[in-house]
Amino acid sequence: MPESLLYGTEVVLNGLMAGVLYALVALGFVLIYKASGIFNYAQGVLSLFAAMTLVGIMNGQIPFAHLINAALGTEIHHFGWHINALVAILLTMVVMVGVAWCVQRFVFRHLIGQEPIILFMATIGLAYFLEGLGDIMWGSDIKKLDVGLPQGGSLWIEENTQWLGFGNENFYGFFLDRLDLIATVIAALLVIALVAVSQYTKHGRAMRAVADDHQAALSVGISLNFIWVFVWSIAGFVALVAGIIWGAKSGVQFSLSLIALKALPVLMLGGFTSIPGAIIGGLIIGVGEKLFEFTVGPLVGGATENWFAYVLALIFLVFRPQGLMGEKIIERV
Amino acid sequence: MFYREAGDIKTSYVADSQTFPIAFDRIGYLCVIAVAFGVLPFIIGPYWANAVFVPFLIYAIAAIGLNILTGYCGQVSLGTGGFMAVGAYACYKLMTGFPDLNIIFVILLAGGITAAVGTAFGLPSLRIKGFYLAVATLAAQFFLVWLFNKVPWFYNNSASGQISAPERSVFGVAVTGPNVEAWAKYLICLGFLFVLAWMARNLTRGSLGRSWMAIRDMDIAAEIIGVNPLRAKLTAFAVSSFFIGIAGALFFSVYLGAAEAGEAFGINKSFLVLFMIIIGGLGSIFGSLAGAAFLVLLPVLLKNTFVGLLGWPTDLTAHLELMVVGGLILTFLIAEPHGLAQLWRVAKEKLRLWPFPH
Amino acid sequence: MRKSLLMLASAATLTAGAASADLVFPDLSYRTGPYAAGGVPFSDGYQDYFAMLNARDGGIGGVPARVIECETAYNTEKGVECYEATKGEGALLYQPLSTGITYQLIPKVSADGIPMHTMGYGRTSAANGEVFEWVFNYPANYWDAASVAIKYLHDQNGGSLEGKKIALLYHNSAYGKEPIRTLENLAEKHGYTLDTLAVDHPGQEQKSQWLQIRRTRPDYVIMWGWGVMNQVAIQEAANIRFPMENFIGNWWAGAEHDVLPAGDAANGYKSLNMNRVVDLPVFEEIKKHVHDAGNAAGDGSNLGKVIYTRGLYAAFLAAEAAKKAQEIHGVTELTPAQMRDGMEALEITEELMAERGLDNIGPAFSVSCSDHGGSGMGLIQQWDASAESWTPLTEFIAPDAEVIAPLVAEDSEAFAAENGIAKRCN
Repeated sequence: MPESLLYGTEVVLNGLMAGVLYALVALGFVLIYKASGIFNYAQGVLSLFAAMTLVGIMNGQIPFAHLINAALGTEIHHFGWHINALVAILLTMVVMVGVAWCVQRFVFRHLIGQEPIILFMATIGLAYFLEGLGDIMWGSDIKKLDVGLPQGGSLWIEENTQWLGFGNENFYGFFLDRLDLIATVIAALLVIALVAVSQYTKHGRAMRAVADDHQAALSVGISLNFIWVFVWSIAGFVALVAGIIWGAKSGVQFSLSLIALKALPVLMLGGFTSIPGAIIGGLIIGVGEKLFEFTVGPLVGGATENWFAYVLALIFLVFRPQGLMGEKIIERV
Repeated sequence: MFYREAGDIKTSYVADSQTFPIAFDRIGYLCVIAVAFGVLPFIIGPYWANAVFVPFLIYAIAAIGLNILTGYCGQVSLGTGGFMAVGAYACYKLMTGFPDLNIIFVILLAGGITAAVGTAFGLPSLRIKGFYLAVATLAAQFFLVWLFNKVPWFYNNSASGQISAPERSVFGVAVTGPNVEAWAKYLICLGFLFVLAWMARNLTRGSLGRSWMAIRDMDIAAEIIGVNPLRAKLTAFAVSSFFIGIAGALFFSVYLGAAEAGEAFGINKSFLVLFMIIIGGLGSIFGSLAGAAFLVLLPVLLKNTFVGLLGWPTDLTAHLELMVVGGLILTFLIAEPHGLAQLWRVAKEKLRLWPFPH
Repeated sequence: MRKSLLMLASAATLTAGAASADLVFPDLSYRTGPYAAGGVPFSDGYQDYFAMLNARDGGIGGVPARVIECETAYNTEKGVECYEATKGEGALLYQPLSTGITYQLIPKVSADGIPMHTMGYGRTSAANGEVFEWVFNYPANYWDAASVAIKYLHDQNGGSLEGKKIALLYHNSAYGKEPIRTLENLAEKHGYTLDTLAVDHPGQEQKSQWLQIRRTRPDYVIMWGWGVMNQVAIQEAANIRFPMENFIGNWWAGAEHDVLPAGDAANGYKSLNMNRVVDLPVFEEIKKHVHDAGNAAGDGSNLGKVIYTRGLYAAFLAAEAAKKAQEIHGVTELTPAQMRDGMEALEITEELMAERGLDNIGPAFSVSCSDHGGSGMGLIQQWDASAESWTPLTEFIAPDAEVIAPLVAEDSEAFAAENGIAKRCN
């Protein structure tokens, strides 16, 4: 096989895995959009906040230490304990549920029935607020996140695919990152779990009922408040998972919140309302942007991924304005 | 008592449909204009000009532009930063390519070029609607910034890709470059804002503005009653981009003096301007101004209070500032989803009835 | 920061009236935003050194130094606001720590006549003092850095880079694009091939670039990164098992926080540095006079780190220049123009550094009216993951003036022509 084809394949494989990660972030958006019609821009910051909280709990950092020190003249930093990653993840989840409750109780309960753009803006306000809160609670330095996920390329795959080059010395086997492989598995499990929850549990059915029609759901006795807190909690959980995986790559820091921008083209392409759409959209964007960078990138100077993802989604939208799997937009006069 | 239409008798249709039907409003408006043009230039110092007034005036132009597109025509756009970059780079190329051309024309031409680019990126709006369109305009945002970063022609092949504005003057008074007086900066921005706001006000209440609003309220219905959506949407994109392009040109040449596409015209800029019109009020010229004033002043105010008066550490302040800005946005949206303009309207209604509210 | 806010508030109101009789050094820092990790230690070091001088010596030449911190969040508009807010306070010297803000401020400081020091960043051709009267970028600049890196590799390969392949991984911004032209010119001279790979802000996703590096197998990778890009690049390099000792970052990609997230995998990573990171005697002084007195900038945890040391180095250079200015003009309170004279007469010798407790922190160099760039020397350091510390591998290496000087001349002449600046220093 010619090496360009082999490397093209490698790019596609890596693109698929990057796509799964994008899809993971996009999932959080879809869940909330489906259940409440809110386009939640704060999803990225939610990831950052979750990851910061996780690291803070693991290292026994005292929340608001800097503020307390400044206000009272004390000098406290750490509780001096180290918590097991799994326990810390559970504790973080408790915090995220708390955040979900607060968001629902103090913000969106007051905004029921507003236009979508107002709700969207509210989530941007929320993003600012959470970002400031996270920084004040845990500090804005880069934190190392180590929950025991493996890193680095898989040697096994590399060695066992080298023969594909048939003696071609310029082919070194396929490169697949073990973290990406694990992320793919986690994302797949998460999607299956989410689908199972929404199909087979009481709350899941209630959630879908709310998504279909708020008022009808209310009239059969479903508590909208509860469902929304529930949905925001799940979105918080998805954000935590995304935060862990991305945070393991780069450390936990401000830029983590920008992964939301990676999820937007995915959403657009897949449709805001469809979970399978988010997955397929993620894969298409992941492969598309990586392939474009691989083939056309060198000709135009590289760094094309950011905009190409959007352009790709735009092209799809021109043919299907509601996204690949979004609900058909029916307009009546 | 004095805030009444009563006694203010109109004898022609023109007088009846004027912008400020109440005499008190008219006088107030004229006073503001008189102070802005006649008093402030004489007392404004470099700090107030550079940190508050010039950014406010420029953002106000951008906000009016975006409000035309989003508030009047209902097309949500997140490409403002990219379009401002078009204005800025067009301005730079024209300034360096035609050194003798007056800067006023350069800025107007930059607006015109942005209008053309904006119209091209507005084409998908004929198919794509709502949030899908908002996200699609992000394609414009990212692509344009990438383009200005990558193609050396746009920044005259300088080593780093920074563009800086050479000195240009209007009537012998420098308005760009290093040796600009604070009042000159202020006046040129104010002049542009005044003319553009006046233009926007009259455009939006003419037939073009009505066709935009028809599209915003329900595009299919508008089409049925004979509004051409192609024309309405594309003109909205063009006019909006013209405003935003001028804002971008002023932002680069008068305000910053040097700029870099990725940093000065990034996605944050798009969000900031969108914030302004939502806080200020969609579909209102006054709202655009109020929103811009609010979001330019607030951080400066917060910083000066916390750091200057209270002496807090700057990092705590910066974090708190984020929380306060976020919190205020939420409070505003909850208290009055239709923005400052709506608050203003309500206040005026109350005032008209005062002191006998029943 | 261990003083309570109440105390600070009352102190602020008390001192507000009595200003002016001090030397003002504004510190445009960024403790939030995407680049906070680099901004915090720099600012801490900058402030701590002045605080130490005030506590120990009563300031510079008997006049206390006052540092006004202003948060820019690496944002040019906030930078302008900070500049305007502080310049009225009698600011002597600006240190923006951002290439974007530097470009903004060059025309402004030139018009207002206030010196600006951009240490190892900013506009490279500002090294030409004949054109840039108010801008200084000693001890080194980006083009020097690129040349030092190539020179190091040149020596490593026994004096020839013929046929080698070098890749430049750069932040797709004004900052990242700076070294390209120098590296291209050097490629012609030394006969290596150069690949450039751009990474868009913020740089969270670099799989494509590293897959390309894995395919093309360059002998060396040079990185011009800042912020999250550094951590991700080092992790990705480890992932594709790129030999770390062939991966060289510039001096803004060589701090503890850049390598720590990658853990052991970052072992052997090299970077340039313009200041040696060793245990300096001055740290003891700072501990004694500043930290133990509860006046540390920030939380005091950054003492001795790479970028902290660089901030401290910047403050040291500023303080020495102020001293020089006091000497030249025979006054204790300075104007910005006198400060510039001090900077142009600055002479850093090994004895001076040792005397101040900063033994060999940087190369010895001197500044003159026409040369604002210093020696341009840099060293190579290597990360030791098990000890979690940087070890200097080389002595200070001089850049290739033969290549850099014409580039500086060309770029500054262009600037002078564009802005109608007459040359000075005759």
